Amino acid sequence: MRPALGIAMVRIDFNKLRFLVIDDNAHMRRILRTLLLGFGSRDVYEAEDGASGLEAFTHYIPDIVITDWAMPIFDGLELTHMIRQPGANSNPYVAIIMLTGHSEKKRVMAARDAGVTEFLAKPISAKGLYQRIMNVVANPRPFVKTKTYFGPDRRRSVSSSYVGPERRKGGQADMIRQAPLLEKIRTTD
Amino acid sequence: MPPRKTTAAVATFGDHEVITPEHGLRKAIARKSASSGEDDPVARAEKALAELSGEFTSWMESECERLDMARRDVISGGFTETSKQALFHAAHDIKGEAATFGYPAVASAADSLCRLIEFSPDATRIPMKLVDQHVDAVRAIHREYARSDAQELAARLTKRLRDVTDDFLVQQNRDRPEVLEQIRGPSLVPEQSAK
Repeated sequence: MRPALGIAMVRIDFNKLRFLVIDDNAHMRRILRTLLLGFGSRDVYEAEDGASGLEAFTHYIPDIVITDWAMPIFDGLELTHMIRQPGANSNPYVAIIMLTGHSEKKRVMAARDAGVTEFLAKPISAKGLYQRIMNVVANPRPFVKTKTYFGPDRRRSVSSSYVGPERRKGGQADMIRQAPLLEKIRTTD
Repeated sequence: MPPRKTTAAVATFGDHEVITPEHGLRKAIARKSASSGEDDPVARAEKALAELSGEFTSWMESECERLDMARRDVISGGFTETSKQALFHAAHDIKGEAATFGYPAVASAADSLCRLIEFSPDATRIPMKLVDQHVDAVRAIHREYARSDAQELAARLTKRLRDVTDDFLVQQNRDRPEVLEQIRGPSLVPEQSAK
């Protein structure tokens, strides 16, 4: 019997990922760049506000966007809304990690509802950042499009004990799951 | 580089679509080999950050200076949208960076100032003395960080600031139950250390 393949058995080849870091604080950009280069990445681009971040996103086509929330011109939430426009750019599905000092419930919900893939509260740590990157690389979620939302499935898990109303009409959505990369590796191994 | 459209499989339901995009990040995942067993990217990144830490003292000083400048702008010109945002962002950046820079006890005082600005329905009603106390507390905790009792003093000072701030905010928001809930509610994100 083939042994189960877990997160512990895979690694990320950071050389193959292109990052875009968007933060108006130069110190924080330097810290993020240092951590990403420490992980092994060689392809890290930076922008210092939401507008130049959107321009850099279009130009460099990053694999993963790491953005601050509070920024001049337009903020990380508005930037996320602009990226999550189906058909409006080359990759509306790009992984977006929001890094912020805001950790209040209302803020976390707003980030989730804007289509952020992962949320990382400051203070930043190497471990926390690595875990978020591992999550977006190894466990991608399908996207859901409704009249009011376009972004990663906000249901990270299905609870068999959930007894509330079913808010999605059409029923079968929970049956569709994107095969995790771990599964793909197992089947091609 | 010419943009490449991402392909996706779409399943349509009653009021929504479930889209499974082509997974472009697959290229970056690899099995751990025997030779990569000892490789720890987190440890490598922490080492790189430690090598950068020689800069942190001056970075923290410049962030405190920025906060002080923002305070002076508020004193000289009053609370305008611009001066309010500058003060908030300066405090917010310190809240987020202080622990990384090695001054975790500074973050709470900066957080209290953020709350004071964010949850005040009318910034012009914020007592300037309370702003001064916050900025002075941030600077003092940073300046005296080498003292053996710095953490304890910082905790007491910050708790007092937070209590006074919350009393003010509750009074200012007494007709805004949704804001009161936020003021009194806990953070969703668990505390984490800088390491």
